[in-house]
Amino acid sequence: MTMKLSPKTATLLVLVALVVLSPVLFPSGYYYRVGALIFVNAIAVTGIVILTGYAGQISLGHAGFAGIGAYACALAPVHLGLHPSLALLLGAAVSALLAFLVGRPILRLKGYYLGVATLGFGILISMVLNNERQLTGGPDGIEVPELGLRALLNDMGLDLTNGQFWYWFCGIALILGAWLALNLHGSPTGRALRALHGSEVAARTVGIDVARMKLQAFVVSAVYASVSGSLLALQNKFITPDVAGFMHSIEMVTMAVLGGVGSVLGAVFGAAVLTLLPQVLTVFAEYEQLVLGLVMMLVMIFLPQGLLPSILRRVRGKDE
Amino acid sequence: MPELLQFLFSGVTVGAVYALVALGFTIIYNASDVVNFAQGEFVMLGGMLTFVCQAAGLPLPLAALIAIAVTSAIGVAMNKLAIEPARGAPVVSLIIITIGASIFIRGGAQLLFGKQIHSFPAFSGDTPLRIGGATILPQSLWVIGGAVVVFVGLWLFFTRTLTGRAVLATSNNRLAAQLVGINTGFVMTLSFALSAGIGALAGVLVTPITLTAYDVGLAFALKGFAAAMLGGMGNPKGALAGGFLLGLIEALTAGYLSSQYKDAAAFVVILLVLFFMPQGLFGARSVDRV
Repeated sequence: MTMKLSPKTATLLVLVALVVLSPVLFPSGYYYRVGALIFVNAIAVTGIVILTGYAGQISLGHAGFAGIGAYACALAPVHLGLHPSLALLLGAAVSALLAFLVGRPILRLKGYYLGVATLGFGILISMVLNNERQLTGGPDGIEVPELGLRALLNDMGLDLTNGQFWYWFCGIALILGAWLALNLHGSPTGRALRALHGSEVAARTVGIDVARMKLQAFVVSAVYASVSGSLLALQNKFITPDVAGFMHSIEMVTMAVLGGVGSVLGAVFGAAVLTLLPQVLTVFAEYEQLVLGLVMMLVMIFLPQGLLPSILRRVRGKDE
Repeated sequence: MPELLQFLFSGVTVGAVYALVALGFTIIYNASDVVNFAQGEFVMLGGMLTFVCQAAGLPLPLAALIAIAVTSAIGVAMNKLAIEPARGAPVVSLIIITIGASIFIRGGAQLLFGKQIHSFPAFSGDTPLRIGGATILPQSLWVIGGAVVVFVGLWLFFTRTLTGRAVLATSNNRLAAQLVGINTGFVMTLSFALSAGIGALAGVLVTPITLTAYDVGLAFALKGFAAAMLGGMGNPKGALAGGFLLGLIEALTAGYLSSQYKDAAAFVVILLVLFFMPQGLFGARSVDRV
């Protein structure tokens, strides 16, 4: 190669190519829906990359923020008369505020203690969504209003099926999110986060405000999770408290770590693998959990860096 | 007054189970620095395997023994196949491995035992005992007694036997333990067997009260983890205190405030405790080495 692309530009190009070119291979319209689902998950996982990959902090409760984003889109249009797109922003703002408030005390904790605190936080949110039936509809879930953008595009002469619309909408959202995360990586804040990931004491010694930096990463990743939850709710037009459940939190972290938590592309890759796995396994539905558990263990034992970095290293090793 | 007593009885019963699960977390954590999220599946396996053996015509005590032995073997296999090969991996990876193991065990149980809810008869009948105006099931006494026996047994094992001291030495300093000739690999195996066995025993004791199904493990794992962290991870006394405290908070919240939010109360208390005591109630202060 004569021209050397920066990793940031390269990642973005790969992402754009992936989003634009994948539909060529789709055998049926159904795959647009799967693609959109991958993008929605990848957005949340990009947030985890910022929190865990950059800053080295663990969260076992990020689905709580996805729950806030999702239920904001379900409730704000009905009760506050907001347009669903504004409801998405409201959800993101509420998530950011909440992350800011609980983040400071929680992020003083380390390792497993941070794990249990975030876990408790996520469970509290999912419990509220489950129990406040008159507002949230309880465990049965609740309907989410139509975003209305597709009808608008139709009027303008751009005729998309529902699946196609959400595929492109979420794809663009993911590229935007990835672009922001990649910019953050190289920014002073990103460098500070990576420094404190390496050693908090060393970072503090060179004048980094460790508590503030961790809090920033937590708030930003909460917004990613919230937007992901909103997009999921708007796309499905229906949402249940499972979106805020413990297993969803674990799913996010697993996707991130499975793909390679250090890089945005790895996160997208992890999201794609874990979203596709159940689709592939529908034939063997009863083996789904067995295979999922096995995949989680095997990847972590044999490819501790995650799938994508390990594959890339293999490929590069052969090149040189 | 009888009302309060009633809530205390149910709190202590549930708390005993949480304490047993938390003890399981503590034993494995001390030996290997791993928080084993599959701990709840051991509880499920204990109850489920006892049901299966008993339904196959074995007497209950034998069925329970087989269930505990098989679960211990599964714990050892998990250590050999999933934990030891990943030694030294970051915390996030270890969390994912043990959660992967728990999903794997749950999936296997669903495949083998189906999705039905199962139970077996209580050990000493179902006639509630009346104490001070409140009632308690004889099975609750079995649960509480079981927890006490396990705790005393473990205490004797760790303080009075050479093997127990070897485990303690390993948890204090793995390398130093190896240098004085302790087989730390065996200590790991033993810890997983012990911890899985204790989990299974909890499952055997509690199933006649709470019933069992392939998916009950996760709730036990989360509560046991929370209890262990509340007490301070790595401290057996902390695990016991955290377990009973969690059980009591839940029962009192359910009784006096709202049964829907009983789990919430437990986690609110944990968050508060961690805000003020980041190492839990009895945890050792950790110092970062630079």
